[in-house]
Amino acid sequence: MRSRWNYLLAAFILLMVWQAGAWWAGDAILAGPLAVGAKLVSEAQTGRFWLHVGSSTLRVLAALALSFLTAVPLGLFLGSSQRADRIAKPLIYLTYPVPKIVFLPVVLLVFGLGNWGKIVMLSMILFFQLLITTRDAARGVKRGARLSLYSLGGTKWDLFVHVIWPSCLPSVLTALRIATGTVVAVLFFVESIGTRYGMGFYILDAWGRADVPLIFVGIVVLALLGVLLYETFDILERVFCRWNQL
Amino acid sequence: MPASFPELIRCRGVTKTYRTEKGPIHALDRTDLALRGGQTMALVGPSGCGKSTILLLLSGLEKPTAGVVEFKGEPLVRPHREIALVLQDYGLFPWKTVQKNVELGLSIRGGNGSRTAVHELLAELDIADKSDAYPQQLSGGQKQRVALARALVLNPSLLLLDEPFAALDTLTRERLQDQVAAAWRRRRFGAALVTHNIQEAVRLGQMIVVMGKSPGTVLGVIDNPRACTRDYRGSDEFYELSGMVRGHLERSA
Repeated sequence: MRSRWNYLLAAFILLMVWQAGAWWAGDAILAGPLAVGAKLVSEAQTGRFWLHVGSSTLRVLAALALSFLTAVPLGLFLGSSQRADRIAKPLIYLTYPVPKIVFLPVVLLVFGLGNWGKIVMLSMILFFQLLITTRDAARGVKRGARLSLYSLGGTKWDLFVHVIWPSCLPSVLTALRIATGTVVAVLFFVESIGTRYGMGFYILDAWGRADVPLIFVGIVVLALLGVLLYETFDILERVFCRWNQL
Repeated sequence: MPASFPELIRCRGVTKTYRTEKGPIHALDRTDLALRGGQTMALVGPSGCGKSTILLLLSGLEKPTAGVVEFKGEPLVRPHREIALVLQDYGLFPWKTVQKNVELGLSIRGGNGSRTAVHELLAELDIADKSDAYPQQLSGGQKQRVALARALVLNPSLLLLDEPFAALDTLTRERLQDQVAAAWRRRRFGAALVTHNIQEAVRLGQMIVVMGKSPGTVLGVIDNPRACTRDYRGSDEFYELSGMVRGHLERSA
């Protein structure tokens, strides 16, 4: 209940600062929250707006799913096997610092200008964040926990189910929360190329028509998408990692 | 009484060497030990003498570099369903409640235990009201009781305790020693306890194995038939035997 009030207070302060900025800069540069709110309500009544929102949401969710399904199992494996980690470590350390976004032209050439190219690009960026966090979390599983599980007669599968996965889950969810910020930022970039649907295109299109309130509608929608994802991972952590919240 | 029980576990000329990046570490060198069913043994000695290594070998979690560990006459090469281990740092899983921690061994081993058995054991160890709590909500003594419950619920023939009460205050430690003794009187399992604490060794070990500084060296084995009996602590015999164990250890130092 208290956190809900804190949320409302933060939103109120943000709106006040925004409104003050709009008064100071003028509506032609910074549309105020009231004008943007009115525009958002009218836009929400058109099917085309929801097509943009749906396209962006679909791409983000698909990229999160693809990176989760590839990076998390690999991270758990590398963190649990010293031998595999020794082999993979130089490769990860050499490729991780390279900004993946520079591969956008190559990715679009290989996977096409459609949804796949964009989803793969987003996934590539999320992949390393998830991989490294998960690997480090799996490496941090203490020897005592392993001995304890094996002394109960557990197999390697039991170790994974009862020890490695639950101990890594909070780190995985934290990585996903951090990744939401990155994925929404990169989404804007990848949707500026080769598409007519998505919030990236929506904002650029509004910019081209000098429709400032519409630009801010796009920004608000992207922000809400980020908040929604962040909150979802927060809820998942509260449900599945209750022990970590004590 | 214990002499009438058959041999439960034996180390025959066991050597254990750990290979590390800094070179080999010799933890045990041709050590011989035996424990009968229903008998309790306390291994006491200075740090680095190999006591914990012996316990890991007896649990089947480690394999000897040379020699053999036999459980009920068969070579022990992996953890056995009749052997349970309690670790110094409790070995509890923070993501599982007390109830789930205690049930885990049963569900893995597919034993005959039930939720009722788990609850009865938690009640026996005075932690029934904590069954829905997570380990981080418990005190050190309560955590160790959960670890003990998790081992006892498996109904083991051999219970291994690796410095189980080292991190606890004196009163809690003595209370837990009494609870282990009471659990032994009820079930008569074989038990091997590793400890630094002389009085703990005397309270719980019917056979006290005093180890020297060299890896796996047994300086002496002291017979202590009154261990685990009621009202033993505080008796003249208890203090005499504590002095004897201390003498052995001081001579080795």
